[in-house]
Amino acid sequence: MTLLSVNNLITEFDTDEGRVRAVDDVSFEAHEGKTLGIVGESGCGKSVTALSIMRLLPQPMGQILSGSVLLDGTDLTDLPIPQMEKIRGARIGMVFQEPMTALNPVHTIGRQLTEVLLLHKDISHDEAIRQGVEVLDKVGIPSPDVRMTEYPHQLSGGMRQRVVIAMALACKPSLLIADEPTTALDVTIQAQILELIKNLQAEMGMSVILITHDLGVIAETCDDVVVMYAGKVAESGSVYDIFDRPNHPYTRGLLASIPTLNTPPKSRLNVIEGMVPGLLDLPKGCRFENRCPHRQDHCSQSVPLLETVGPDHHAACFRWEELRS
Amino acid sequence: MSTPILKVTDLKMHFPVKEGILLRASKYNRAVDGVSFEIQPGETLGLVGESGCGKSTLGRCIARLYKPTAGSIEFEGTEIANLRGKALLPFRQNIQMIFQDPMESLNSRHTVGDILEEPFIIHKIGDRAYRQKRVRELLDIVGLPARSVTRFSFEFSGGQRQRIGIARSIALNPRLIICDEPVSALDVSIQSQILNLLVDLQREFNLSYLFIAHDLAVVKHISDRIAIMYLGNIVEQAEGESMYHAPRHPYTQSLISAIPVPDPHRKVERHIIHGDVPSPINPPSGCRFHPRCPHVMDKCKVETPFLRPVGDHVVSCHLDMA
Repeated sequence: MTLLSVNNLITEFDTDEGRVRAVDDVSFEAHEGKTLGIVGESGCGKSVTALSIMRLLPQPMGQILSGSVLLDGTDLTDLPIPQMEKIRGARIGMVFQEPMTALNPVHTIGRQLTEVLLLHKDISHDEAIRQGVEVLDKVGIPSPDVRMTEYPHQLSGGMRQRVVIAMALACKPSLLIADEPTTALDVTIQAQILELIKNLQAEMGMSVILITHDLGVIAETCDDVVVMYAGKVAESGSVYDIFDRPNHPYTRGLLASIPTLNTPPKSRLNVIEGMVPGLLDLPKGCRFENRCPHRQDHCSQSVPLLETVGPDHHAACFRWEELRS
Repeated sequence: MSTPILKVTDLKMHFPVKEGILLRASKYNRAVDGVSFEIQPGETLGLVGESGCGKSTLGRCIARLYKPTAGSIEFEGTEIANLRGKALLPFRQNIQMIFQDPMESLNSRHTVGDILEEPFIIHKIGDRAYRQKRVRELLDIVGLPARSVTRFSFEFSGGQRQRIGIARSIALNPRLIICDEPVSALDVSIQSQILNLLVDLQREFNLSYLFIAHDLAVVKHISDRIAIMYLGNIVEQAEGESMYHAPRHPYTQSLISAIPVPDPHRKVERHIIHGDVPSPINPPSGCRFHPRCPHVMDKCKVETPFLRPVGDHVVSCHLDMA
C-alpha cells in the first residue's frame, strides 16, 4: 500500500546568482510499514525533497513550482498552512541531522515534548507529562522522569537524538522522515539509533523515509531506495535491485568507489572522475554526462527519462539496456 | 626489523580544566593517557576511535603542535617530546599534517601559490625561481592544473582543497604525515580519489602515515596495521585484515559489528554496546571500557589491564583469550 507518493516534484530557490532548480521532476513512493532510503551526495537535492514534502522550505527563497505530494490521497503542496501544521508532527514526524539545532536550548526536554502533545492532542497538561515520560522511556532514555526536567545541553549527542526521535514519534505519526539522523554520531551510537528506529517502526507500523549519504546504512535498513544525482532521480528500486543489479552508471560508480571490508588493502579504488556539477550551470542533457564513462554524444543533448528496467525498478539512462549485457 | 621511523612510549597529554573564580586547575582532562606504538618506514598505522577518545590529540602531540605532559616521542631515534623552538625546526620538515577540513586549514586570503610557497620560505629553502618551480611540480603531483597558482582556496571544491592541503604537506619531502580525518568531510565519489592519491604518494615517496579516522572501512583500506583507541588508551593493535576478521577486544568487536556494511544480503547479529563514552576528565576505574563491556568481571572494575600479546594481536583486556 502506498502511503506517500511524490509526483514530478520541482522545487526552486532564489539565490544571489540566480534561480536554481534544486529538485527537478522527482517522483517516488513510500509504502506502508516500509523504509525508503534516499541516497546521494551533497547538493543532490535529497534534503530539499524532504523539506518540500514537509512544506518547510526556507521562505521566501524556496518554492515548490509544480508536482504533487500525496499523503493518503491528500495533496500536501496546496494545503492551507493551518491544515499543514496539523499534519506536521501528528501524521508526519521529522528528525534532523544535528539534534542540538532541533532542540531549543532554553527550554527543558519536558516542556518541548509536552508542547508537541498539547498542540496535536486534546489532553490535560498532566496527561501530556505522563505521555511524555512514556515516550522517553520507549526511546530508551534512562530515568525519563528526571530527564523531563533537564535541558538539552545536559544530554550526550546520542541521548539528544533519542529525545528528537521521541518528539517526532510522540503523536504516533504514520510517516517518519529522518534526514541524516546518525551522521553526527559515532558508529556505536549510530548502531543504537538505527536499531531504535527499526524497533519502533515494527512496533508502531509506521513508514520511514531515511535520507543519508551512507550506502552501508541504506543496505542495512531500507526496503526501497531512491538514488539522487544533481536534483534528479538517477535510479530507484528495491534495495536488492540497487545493490545487486544497478542499472545507472552513477549507481554503479558509487558502489564501486566505496572501500568495503573485502577490498584488498591499498588497492586502487574505482573513482568517478570529476565532480558534481553546480546547480547554476547544469549540463543540458543527462546530469551525469560529464563524469560518465559510457557517455555518447546524444547524452549531452537530451535529458534521459526514468525508464522501467525491471519490476518496480527504474533508471534514467539512455544506454541501460545495452550496458546491462 | 629496521629502526622504526616513529616510536611513541607511554605518551600522556593532560589538559587542565580550569574552574572556580580563581580558575585553578582542579581537574585534568586525560585526553591521551599512556599510549605506546611504533611506525615503520613506508608503513601506515591506522588509528581508530570514537569522538573524544584522544586520537586527534595524539596526532597533534606527535606533530608537536602540543607539548606532551609526559612520555617519549622518538623520531628516527631522536627524542623530540621536549624539544622547543629552533631545535624542533628540522623535525617540523619531516613530520607534516593533513587536516580534516581544508577550508579551515588553508588561509583564504592567500593564493594557492602563496600557501604552497610558504613552507619553503619558513625553512629558507631555495630562491624564488626554485620555489615557484617546486610549487608547479607539487600541483602536478596532486593533480591540480598549473593555473591554480593564482587562485584562492575558496574557489575550489572540497576535494580539490584537500589536494591543496596534501600538496602543502608533501612540499618539504617529509618522512611522516599525520592524516587527521582527511576524507571525512568529502563526498563518497571524491573520497576514493583522495584515498588513491594518498596511496600513490606513499609508494612514490616512501612516506609513513599515521592515519586517524573514525570510518573503519576507510582505515582498513589504507592501513597496514590498526590501533583502536578508547578513552585515551590503545586497547588493541593488529595487522589490518586480522583486526577485521578476528577482533579480540570486546570494544573492537562491537565497533566492527556496528559498521553498516553496503551489502543488503548480510544480515548479522549485532553486538550493540549500550551507554555513551564516559568523560576523560573522570574516567572509570580499572578497565576504562568496563561500564559498557558485555563481558565485565569484578576484576575489570579495580585492576587496569595492560597491553599483552594475544596471538598476533596486542590487547589490553582481562579476558582469557587463549
